[in-house]
Amino acid sequence: MAKEHNEKIASLKEFQEKIDRDEKIEPKDIMPEAYRKTLIRQIGQHAHSEVVGMLPEGNWITRAPTLRRKLSLLAKVQDEAGHGLYLYCAAETLGKSRMEMTQELLSGKAKYSSIFNYPTPTWADIGAIGWLVDGAAIMNQIPLCRCSYGPYARAMIRICKEESFHQRQGYEIMLTLAKGTKAQKEMAQRALNRWWWPSVMMFGPSDADSPNTENSVKWKIKRYTNDELRQKFVDAIVPQAEKIGLTVPDKDLKWDKKRNNGQGGYAYGEINWDEFWRVVRGDGPMNNERISAKQKAWNEGSWVRAAAHAHALKKQVALQAAE
Amino acid sequence: MVSEEKETILWEVFIQPKNGLSHRHCGSIHAPDREMAILSARNVYSRRGEGQSIWVVRSIDIVSSDPDEKEETFSSDDKIYRHPTFYDVPDDVGHM
Repeated sequence: MAKEHNEKIASLKEFQEKIDRDEKIEPKDIMPEAYRKTLIRQIGQHAHSEVVGMLPEGNWITRAPTLRRKLSLLAKVQDEAGHGLYLYCAAETLGKSRMEMTQELLSGKAKYSSIFNYPTPTWADIGAIGWLVDGAAIMNQIPLCRCSYGPYARAMIRICKEESFHQRQGYEIMLTLAKGTKAQKEMAQRALNRWWWPSVMMFGPSDADSPNTENSVKWKIKRYTNDELRQKFVDAIVPQAEKIGLTVPDKDLKWDKKRNNGQGGYAYGEINWDEFWRVVRGDGPMNNERISAKQKAWNEGSWVRAAAHAHALKKQVALQAAE
Repeated sequence: MVSEEKETILWEVFIQPKNGLSHRHCGSIHAPDREMAILSARNVYSRRGEGQSIWVVRSIDIVSSDPDEKEETFSSDDKIYRHPTFYDVPDDVGHM
């Protein structure tokens, strides 16, 4: 018993030293159970977010204002599906099955990014999502390309390569509307008003209230804290909004030369954490709608999966008979 | 509903970016048969001309070395004479 215990401590020490040397952890390497669990939870949530993220935008594919916009949106939504699959495959290397993850999403047990529980009432919301939501996602994801877990880092590299088109197409939509008629510009401004605070909240609770951060930083799953990433996001977006003549809906927003260790950055107003937790807990405007849409798609696709299996089986039997 | 369904077969996907390079592992895919595995692999891993040839292999068919025997299998610290720097050659001989 004591020997086993000592061996366990030695292997944990070895694991941390490996991380400290910036070496990657691969699926069959020894890892602490808590590291595995944290990754399964995080990668799973990330995959579910990509998958649910298709819904608010998919809603606008048939109503895109031009063929060019429709092609871009189709490609973007298809990318989100691909990103979900890269991530599920990374989570599966940790021993969690795809079916189990699917089940957790459909039952509402698994979490996904709360941002997708907000509605997209106008075309400008598609612009705001690309610009702000994908913009925030990129801020989060770039450091994850250096995450200590090999398969997650590799998936993130692929995702980040593809993601930059998403943000650019969103900003282009906003720019076009902002340069358009008075009504179009107002539509863009209203979409910015709707998406600004939920996007700022995407980085998660403040560092002081973020219980998972400490271990994640120690294990190099996370390279920056929530508040550090949030600051980078605000600093990047504010000038982009000014450039197209839109106003970030925060009356407390002002340049603060003390931020970012004296290099300067934007101070921003109080975040409504009550709203954040309410949506996380399932009481956002679209939580039920999103899960029902996923359940409906799963149930209605059941005959397709059954047919594909039957077809595969039939061919296998024919192949065996021929041999 | 969900749990009644069987898990589909898992395939590992390898993509060859262009002639002259080897196929390289890029991830995995679920599909009931090899045709659908190739089709899905193309949709998931090559949407931007990343490859010109795809291999799919059932994950369970991959034989892997034992991670616990990493030391025994791969250590070559005692065979430094297999590396060029082990041999002393005068500097003025130039690059060799």
